[in-house]
Amino acid sequence: MATLKINGERYELDVPDNMPLLWVIRDVVGLKGTKFGCGMSQCGACTVHLNGTAIRSCVTPVSAASGEITTIEAMAEDPVGSKVQQAWLDLGVAQCGYCQGGQIMNATALLKKTPNPETGEIVDAMAGNLCRCGTYNRILAAIERASGQEGEA
Amino acid sequence: MSADDKLLIANVSRRRFLMGLAGGSALVLAARWDVALGGNEKAQFGAGAMPGGWVDDPNVFIHIDADGLVTIVNNRSEMGQGIRTSLVMVGADELGADWDHVRVEQAEGDHSKYGNQNTDGSRSMRHWYQPMRRAAAAARQMLEQAAADEWGVPVTEVQTAVHTVVHKPSGKELGFGELAAKARELDVPGRNALVLKRDEELRFIGKETGLINGELKSAYPKAIDGDDIVTGKAIYGADVPFDNLLYAVIARPPVYGATVASFDDTEALKVPGVEKVMKVEGTGQPAGFSPLGGIAVVASNTWAAMEGRKALKIDWNLEPAGDNAGYTSSAYRESLEKAAQQPGKVVRQHGDLETALENASERVSATYYMPHMAQAPMEPPVATVQIKDGKAEVWAPVQNPQATRDTVAGRLGLEAENVTVHVTLLGGGFGRKSKPDFAIEAASIAEAFKGRPVRLQWSREDDIHHAYFHAVSVDYLEAGLDDNGQATGWLHRTLSPSIGSLFAPDPKHKGEFELGMGFNTMPFSVPALRLENPQAPAHVRIGWFRSVYNLPHAWAIQSFAHEMAVAAGKDHRDYVLDLLGPDREIHNLTVGDGWNYGEDPDLYPIDIGRMRTVIERATSEAGWGKSPGKNRGLGLAFHHSFVSYTAIVFDVEVDDEGELTIHRADIAFDCGPQANPERIRSQLEGAIVMGIGIALQSEVTFEDGVAQQGNFDKFLIPRMPDAPKTLRVHLVDNPGEAMGGVGEPGLPPVAPALCNAIYAATGKRIRRLPVGDQLKA
Repeated sequence: MATLKINGERYELDVPDNMPLLWVIRDVVGLKGTKFGCGMSQCGACTVHLNGTAIRSCVTPVSAASGEITTIEAMAEDPVGSKVQQAWLDLGVAQCGYCQGGQIMNATALLKKTPNPETGEIVDAMAGNLCRCGTYNRILAAIERASGQEGEA
Repeated sequence: MSADDKLLIANVSRRRFLMGLAGGSALVLAARWDVALGGNEKAQFGAGAMPGGWVDDPNVFIHIDADGLVTIVNNRSEMGQGIRTSLVMVGADELGADWDHVRVEQAEGDHSKYGNQNTDGSRSMRHWYQPMRRAAAAARQMLEQAAADEWGVPVTEVQTAVHTVVHKPSGKELGFGELAAKARELDVPGRNALVLKRDEELRFIGKETGLINGELKSAYPKAIDGDDIVTGKAIYGADVPFDNLLYAVIARPPVYGATVASFDDTEALKVPGVEKVMKVEGTGQPAGFSPLGGIAVVASNTWAAMEGRKALKIDWNLEPAGDNAGYTSSAYRESLEKAAQQPGKVVRQHGDLETALENASERVSATYYMPHMAQAPMEPPVATVQIKDGKAEVWAPVQNPQATRDTVAGRLGLEAENVTVHVTLLGGGFGRKSKPDFAIEAASIAEAFKGRPVRLQWSREDDIHHAYFHAVSVDYLEAGLDDNGQATGWLHRTLSPSIGSLFAPDPKHKGEFELGMGFNTMPFSVPALRLENPQAPAHVRIGWFRSVYNLPHAWAIQSFAHEMAVAAGKDHRDYVLDLLGPDREIHNLTVGDGWNYGEDPDLYPIDIGRMRTVIERATSEAGWGKSPGKNRGLGLAFHHSFVSYTAIVFDVEVDDEGELTIHRADIAFDCGPQANPERIRSQLEGAIVMGIGIALQSEVTFEDGVAQQGNFDKFLIPRMPDAPKTLRVHLVDNPGEAMGGVGEPGLPPVAPALCNAIYAATGKRIRRLPVGDQLKA
């Protein structure tokens, strides 16, 4: 039995301790914005926040997920997250969009910690989030826009 | 590009339209199409030659509610190219709709109703731009007629404004919603009576919006799925909610063609959540779109199914795999390189090549290698199937919904009309999801759980181990140069397993559409030339990968042209412009190609002038000719594919440790008319990044028939630090030409341009992809 707090709601769930948080969120709780891409912390599509820090839910056992879990579904209510989302829309970042929830979660966690990151800090922080459509230049520009720094794509 | 290209289907008939209407849509705007249909597309080419053809019936595509909400049906799969925005935008513009009151509805898989839906070959906009405009124009004219009737005035006095129809003399207005019910009673105007909007009347089509080379111009009209994507609400293949859903994964044979000899599911069934273990039948070789077979584990959640699979004990029978079980990439490469030294099947020749080479003052030769790659869309294959009352429903991210419908029906022994395919958003496709094998797998499992929906999920390892791989290739080129460095003779041998091996006994030679992707359509003007295609057997499933055989052909030809320029001591740009010869139009049949991407050669010749223009644009934007500085160089490549023209220049630096920095990329692109320039830019930006991965990182190798890479730790694709620091897209406006493809043609010249830039910076010639650590050696 696991007790989780996701997006402010409490869930009592009958799941094995070692079940990855990703599958608990998707298949048991039913929030589908968090995506499966690799299952081994290589792509970042499954990124959620645990107590404000970006984590890879695909390799995080549910037993290690104590605290506040936040997913992409709650970002519109988040002052930083909503800015990031708006920058994504303004710059037309998404192509297929599958990885973008994870990208936004990772970017939001970065901006919460470092509100005015240097370009190099953004690139380093985002290096773990893959996008097969290749939207990196727009992602970078959108993060700079969300942080109030107008960058170039 | 797909097997569909081999088929010639007659154009849509008048009868089809009538049947479509009799089929009974619930459209508010529904009317009779009772005029003679005179299509302006030639049936043997373009959209008309595709299975299902084209449809331009407004009843199929346009729906207006009484409250004014306009629904436009999108019949093509959305996989990141933006077609749900762009095609709907085309319809909304022609109709006169307010973008804020337009929604999209995704068509089910049914090409008899919606026309061809096979979303590949960079065809969506080039085949559907005109039919969508006609459908929307017909609907607009019906609204205008309805308003004229309402007011009792001649229709010449009314005009559509934004979401309203206006009586010009009086200024009276009626909204689309108010007119919809009346408009449905009217006849659909005949094609000859349609008046498309003039360019100056258009609000969206061809307008530059969004982010243009670092400057935000305007965000309107915004992407149709944008809000859902950034809030996590967008529905991809694994996101459709169901009650009582079962989750499945399959353990597939490690070698192509192998089968299950025996299996022990004792431990698997002990995993909490696992409900059933069952065999899924494969169909042997050639696999086509059929499953590879294997053992499925069905559980109450995805993770339990994956854990159950780990606990399976399976003995594989390698016997049916034949020599696939000995397939090892290093040995295969050597065998192709050896074969490339021997003559092969001649596919195009002119002049006396032997004499030209013998008399050359300098001879240049090189062998180029490009490995297998997996498409690896971020969303791995996934499909959900529910079978109930003799009918099957499929929810899946598929590029080819009709093939999904037909093959699932075939597997289940149902009529296609009893299979419904709901197309979700695709989390990337790149050719992988043209093959509906995963939907057939899901259907096979769902048969054992009649009534319950079953979702079949592929892991990343499944995706890379069992891809429909991009064909490995060896290309050998040899040229003779005269005293001035000018080419007098050109020999090119290309060797790759064929996609034909997927559907029939291995032809070992490339098919017409494969050679037609930039091999025999090579545009250089050389007095003596011979193009050959020696044999290359297939040992894995070979399939379409974004831009397909254009990748190896452009890689080899564009690298080699640079090697020739270097040997001649000439500037690369000047050299290739000279090698292209005078501006002219090349008809595909004159260069041994009978395919031409399925398009009419009269409308789509290979136009050397357009090629020259993109080369000149990319090089001038990149500052070609300037001195780039120590360890730094510019590299150029260009290519014609999917009836569009691309040139790209990279500016790179390689430091003394062999560390590569990509400072800038300038890509120039001519696809003729641009429906939605904003999404054209995004496609080209993405192609550059993907192409960088093809050049530097991506490779799947085999040992004894088993793929050696299974996830993104070993199958490398670009990450943010790999992207160019500056990326510039230069669209060449060419509205007078026929519309070309967009999704694929950006990709082929990327890898050779990058390797040419590396040469310019370092003097090191890359002939084997990926570059990997070759710069460190």
